[in-house]
Amino acid sequence: MDPLPSREIADMSGAAALPRKNGELVFNEAWQGRIFGMTVAMSHEACFAWREFQAHLIEEIAHAEREGESTSYYERWLQAFEQLLTDKGLIDTDTLAERTRDLQSGRRDDVF
Amino acid sequence: MSGGHDEHGHHHREPESVLSLRVRALESLLVEKKLVSSEAVDRIVSAYEQDIGPHNGAKVVARAWVDPAYRARLLADGTAAIEELGFGGVDLQVVENTPGVHNMVVCTLCSCYPHALIGLPPVWYKSFEYRSRAVREPRVVLREFGVDLPESTEIRIWDSSAELRYLVLPERPAGTERLNEADLAKLVTRDAMIGVAVVKPPAGASH
Repeated sequence: MDPLPSREIADMSGAAALPRKNGELVFNEAWQGRIFGMTVAMSHEACFAWREFQAHLIEEIAHAEREGESTSYYERWLQAFEQLLTDKGLIDTDTLAERTRDLQSGRRDDVF
Repeated sequence: MSGGHDEHGHHHREPESVLSLRVRALESLLVEKKLVSSEAVDRIVSAYEQDIGPHNGAKVVARAWVDPAYRARLLADGTAAIEELGFGGVDLQVVENTPGVHNMVVCTLCSCYPHALIGLPPVWYKSFEYRSRAVREPRVVLREFGVDLPESTEIRIWDSSAELRYLVLPERPAGTERLNEADLAKLVTRDAMIGVAVVKPPAGASH
C-alpha cells in the first residue's frame, strides 16, 4: 500500500505548482502521468527527498523562463527528473539515449 | 525527427511522441534497475488523480443518500462518520440541504476547506470577492453560480475555520431512484458540496 497523496507534493506552490483544473491534477498526455508517478514512487523509496526534486524542478523552470522556452510544465519536469537521476548516478544519459532509440526502432518492446 | 540532435535532450522542445518515447525509456530503465515498479507508478497516478479531488466527498454524499442510518450519523458527527469510510484528518460538520434550506460554505478569513474530502479549493473560493459577498449577498452569488433559489428558501452560510470545516450534503436529485451508490457518487460535484451548485440528475433521467 502506498502512502496517501502527500501534501508536500500536492500543494507545491509558485512556479512548481502542479497543473490543475477544478482542483484536480491534469495530465494532458499519458507520459505526463507516468513521469509524475515515477518521480513520486522514487521519493517514496527514498531514492531522493521530495524537496531535492522540487529544487531541481524550480531551477529548471527558472532556466526555461530565462531562455524564453515554450516547453510545457511536464517537459521541464522530465528534464529536472533526468538531471536529478544523473546527478545521483542512478542513470546515465548515454544508456537512456540508447534505450530511447531501441524503443523507437522497435528493437526493444516495453518491459511493462 | 529533424536534424539538430541535442544530446541530452536539454532545453529543446520536442514533439510529443519523442517525449513519450523518452519517458518509456526511463521507466524501462528504472524498472530494470528495480528503482520503481510500474504497478507502483500506476497506483500513485491513480491515487493522485482520484484522491485529490472531490471523489471522497462524493462517496460520503452517495452513502448518505442510500443509507438513512449513515446519513443520521453523518449529520450528528461528521468527523466520526467520514472515518467510517476511511477519510479523516479533519473536524467536519455536515450540513444538509432540504427543500426549504440551502447551505453554502465560505471561509471569510482565509481558505479553510475540507481538502481530504473535496481536494484543493478552487481559485474563486480563495478570492476576496467570494469570501465577502457570500456572506453579504449569498442569493446574488448563488444566482451567478447558476443556482436560482425561490425567495422562500432559507440560505445558511457556514464560515469554515482551522478547527472546523463544513461539507454540504446536497439534495438527491429526482429521477435517481434506480441508481446505485457508485453511480450516485458520480453525480456529486465539488461545487455542490461547497453549496454553490445543486446536484443535477443524469442526462435522460425523468424529473
